[in-house]
Amino acid sequence: MRLINRRPDRASRLILVLLPFALLLFAYFTGSATRLTENPNDKLLPSAVQMTDAIKRVAFVPDQRTGEYLLWQDTGASLQRLAIGLAISAVVGLCLGIASGVLPLFSAPLSPLLTVLSMVPPLAILPILFIVFGLGELSKVMLIVIGITPVLARDLEQRAREIPVELLIKAQTLGASTWTLILRVVLPQLLPRLLISLRLVLGSAWLFLIAAEAIASTDGLGYRIFLVRRYLAMDMILPYVVWITLLAWLMDWGLKALTRKAFPWYEGARP
Amino acid sequence: MSFISVKNVWQQYGDQVVLEGLNLSIAEGEFCTLVGASGCGKSTFLRLLLGQEVASKGTILLDGEPLAKEPDSTRGVVFQRYSVFPHLSVLDNVALGLELPRSGLLGRLFGAAKRDAREQAAALLHKVGLDHALDKYPTQLSGGMQQRLAIAQALIMKPRVLLLDEPFGALDPGIRKDMHALLLELWRETRLTVFMVTHDLSEGFNLGTRLLVFDKVRIDPHAPGAYGARITYDIPLNSDRRAARVALDSLKTV
Repeated sequence: MRLINRRPDRASRLILVLLPFALLLFAYFTGSATRLTENPNDKLLPSAVQMTDAIKRVAFVPDQRTGEYLLWQDTGASLQRLAIGLAISAVVGLCLGIASGVLPLFSAPLSPLLTVLSMVPPLAILPILFIVFGLGELSKVMLIVIGITPVLARDLEQRAREIPVELLIKAQTLGASTWTLILRVVLPQLLPRLLISLRLVLGSAWLFLIAAEAIASTDGLGYRIFLVRRYLAMDMILPYVVWITLLAWLMDWGLKALTRKAFPWYEGARP
Repeated sequence: MSFISVKNVWQQYGDQVVLEGLNLSIAEGEFCTLVGASGCGKSTFLRLLLGQEVASKGTILLDGEPLAKEPDSTRGVVFQRYSVFPHLSVLDNVALGLELPRSGLLGRLFGAAKRDAREQAAALLHKVGLDHALDKYPTQLSGGMQQRLAIAQALIMKPRVLLLDEPFGALDPGIRKDMHALLLELWRETRLTVFMVTHDLSEGFNLGTRLLVFDKVRIDPHAPGAYGARITYDIPLNSDRRAARVALDSLKTV
């Protein structure tokens, strides 16, 4: 049988899904064990016990200096920045995308501008953000917003253009004004697409968040990682990275579930 | 006075002339079928009537007034595809036509007004045979059902003109027969003027009270775009049907 026609059944599928993760963990822990037997003070590849200890220290024991539980404080701070950034980007991206995708008079000035703006490397203007917005929360949120809004706007612009012109004509024959046409036809059709776009830019959003936190912050997951890097505290960095990955994956999964639940018509209607 | 009069209408895109010198006078309640080879401008003519495009030359009058330059609720339309909204249930697809004109701010009705709109929509859907599918989404319907929905959606506006652009082109022959019966029944009940583009000559002859054939009279082999199509035949059909309709109308007005 050709490879292209061979499909895993349920059981072997599960094994195939878990296999690469298992291999990765196995490779790590063998490496870690080898290094630690040679040198018990090795910091590069900490063992599971060392990492668990580190997690206990930051997650369940209050910090001696501030009295806070560091992991939760960092997570809260980071997620708040991320959520505000994503929310602002989603709203602005949606508005720009609709305006530029549906209204030719807005498309003419907006579309080329968005194309150019999306080419500006956001990290290159991070210093400008720090100068303009200061070192507080605003500049970190702004980096996320500036980084992902053009991407969202361009994607939604494209999706808005893909709405068949027949539907826009039809809505007009049903008595829609431009505004109600956008409200009742374009917006509902773009919302599921917005959630999908958000999933796609989630990675970039985390990147910008951690970059901003690494450079100027007093809390946050990115801040913590870059802080403990000075002590070569891999036992803390690695769990933090896993934790960030887990959070990002959960957000992705949540958005996917939300798309399916809130827009049941979408799966079938995709062209 | 004729209901729709087309006076010396030309349509060209750049150097490409699509329609030239169209002159027509259509009475209210006529069922016009438009036939002709592919690319001979029948759909273009339909878009002119719809207001999706504006003629390069000439005028189209509706009831003595120049046609609005954009689509509006006086002219309903059913396309071959993409006529219904995928994100709305069958019921809401039809109720939308009642909601949009009455709510300029949100395009949405609430409470009793919404219930009322949905009841009207359900009544019309019953007439086109979709009462079992009110809560489904259009993608869950077959092609024929989707076109029934599209027709109901257009009719809820009580338009004076209904434009059909190959509405049954993608349907099976059997389903197509049912749709013909439905369309004729709806046409008899309303005072609708229908324009229907079709590729199917027998469909054109069977349904219409007037058959308009589009064809290029002049062809320059060196400049294929130099001349456009005209209406080469204008054939009255099914005079009994037309007479019956006129009689019915006169009874109604008494």
